[in-house]
Amino acid sequence: MAYSDKVIDHYSNPRNIGTLDKASKQVGTGLVGAPECGDVMRLQIEVDEVTGIIKDAKFKTFGCGSAIASSSLATEWLKGKSVDEALQIDNMDIVEELALPPVKIHCSVLAEDAIKSAINDYRAKNGLSPIEDNKKHY
Amino acid sequence: MLKLPIYLDNNATTPMDPRVLEAMLPYFTEHFGNAASRNHSFGWQAEEAVDYAREQIAKLIHADAKEIIFTSGATESNNLAIKGVFEMYAEKGNHFITVTTEHKAILDTCKHIEKLGAEVTYLEPATDGLITVEQVASAIKPNTVLVTVMYANNEIGVIQPIKAIAELCKSKGILFHTDATQAVGKIPVDVMADGIDLMSFTAHKMYGPKGVGALYVRRKNPRVKVTAQMDGGGHERGMRSGTINVTGIVGFGKACELCQQDMAQDTERIIKMRNRLEASLSELEESYINGNIEHRLPHLSNMSFKYVEGEGLIMGVKNIAVSSGSACTSASLEPSYVLKALGLDDELAHSSLRFGLSRFTTDEEIDYAINHVKEAVIKLREMSPLWEMFKEGIDLKTIQWAEH
Repeated sequence: MAYSDKVIDHYSNPRNIGTLDKASKQVGTGLVGAPECGDVMRLQIEVDEVTGIIKDAKFKTFGCGSAIASSSLATEWLKGKSVDEALQIDNMDIVEELALPPVKIHCSVLAEDAIKSAINDYRAKNGLSPIEDNKKHY
Repeated sequence: MLKLPIYLDNNATTPMDPRVLEAMLPYFTEHFGNAASRNHSFGWQAEEAVDYAREQIAKLIHADAKEIIFTSGATESNNLAIKGVFEMYAEKGNHFITVTTEHKAILDTCKHIEKLGAEVTYLEPATDGLITVEQVASAIKPNTVLVTVMYANNEIGVIQPIKAIAELCKSKGILFHTDATQAVGKIPVDVMADGIDLMSFTAHKMYGPKGVGALYVRRKNPRVKVTAQMDGGGHERGMRSGTINVTGIVGFGKACELCQQDMAQDTERIIKMRNRLEASLSELEESYINGNIEHRLPHLSNMSFKYVEGEGLIMGVKNIAVSSGSACTSASLEPSYVLKALGLDDELAHSSLRFGLSRFTTDEEIDYAINHVKEAVIKLREMSPLWEMFKEGIDLKTIQWAEH
């Protein structure tokens, strides 16, 4: 299967690989997927205490090229957004940007789940109720 | 100068040996006759070439030329053996025995005959991929007609105790078939000494052309028959109709002759390279060789690199052509059923690469492959959350994964 140039670019030069301090109140961590499914994404955001803007985002992903690219792209998009804006990131935006084929749509779904999961972790740490995910994928 | 990408998927198919091609060429345009044409020299020449090839092939496996039935490949041979025995020996019984790690051409054929009323026992191998003769013995029933166990596995290369199983079958009056696709031409296979009744193999795994294979069908002690699965001109002793692929067969014969002639020296060189590849890649932490390492094909290595996903790894080693046990491209996300049958953790099954060497593989290529794989594994582990957790001493089994 041929990968798009953008997937290859993110895979070869992944943006924002790394780890933020999980214990920090300003950091939200999302860990989604499962090893037996062949995909695990960990996505972290660091929210500025004053402005509420995501000032840093990091990821680590175990998975195929499309999963790595989806999470790499997600961290790029997250930086500079408010938490509410970040919630608007839709998996289909990732599919479109990376030109993912149908069999790889689950990678984008996983990235969206990772964003939501990181945001909910951040919200929980700051005494806020979790955002319900009512979205139906596909 | 090293030519990239490097082909290390020789268990999928091998390049054709130029000497094989040379032998085949005259049979496309000059000696193009139909081997079944009995009335003119064109047919006679083709028949002569086929007879010669049949001898070359029979010699490699210590069979009689009359026991070679040409087919389109090992998949067809497996189908003919299993379905053919199912029909031919229906009065004797309907129970078959096979193994869960067989090729799909065996497993799916068994499923097919199950729908037609056959009963099939699927033996489970040990964690090293091997089954024992005792397992076969305890599965045998009064209505067992055929035991089919592959000679060497296509994913992990383990060699089953064929001779012992064949002996057991003989003592019970049960036929024994083996899918020897990966073994013939690579290791000595002797249908007489091993006591094999039916055996599938193919040209394109041993430097011959694609689209031609054979089913060995024993003629003496016992005389084995299979019901033809295609109706037509009654070629190949009535067991496989259809004009035979003369050029392909000529190439198949030449390939067998070359394997017989070069096997010892090829194997010595290949096994050294394979062992060097494995030793170097084993220097990586948390890397594992899958399958029994003693009873194994010389030209195959299946390794898992824990905490790295196979498809991502394949993408990272784009300059070498290898295959992965992970089938993430399919909608199922299922890792290799062979590796799973060995009881491998899913993440290990997902993290595997199969390296297949050939007589054309060079030391320089192996050096390149070693560095290429090492770099990719290290890079991917740096971006793997699982690797980070492992390094922090977290047991991944204690984590509640959000499956999707």
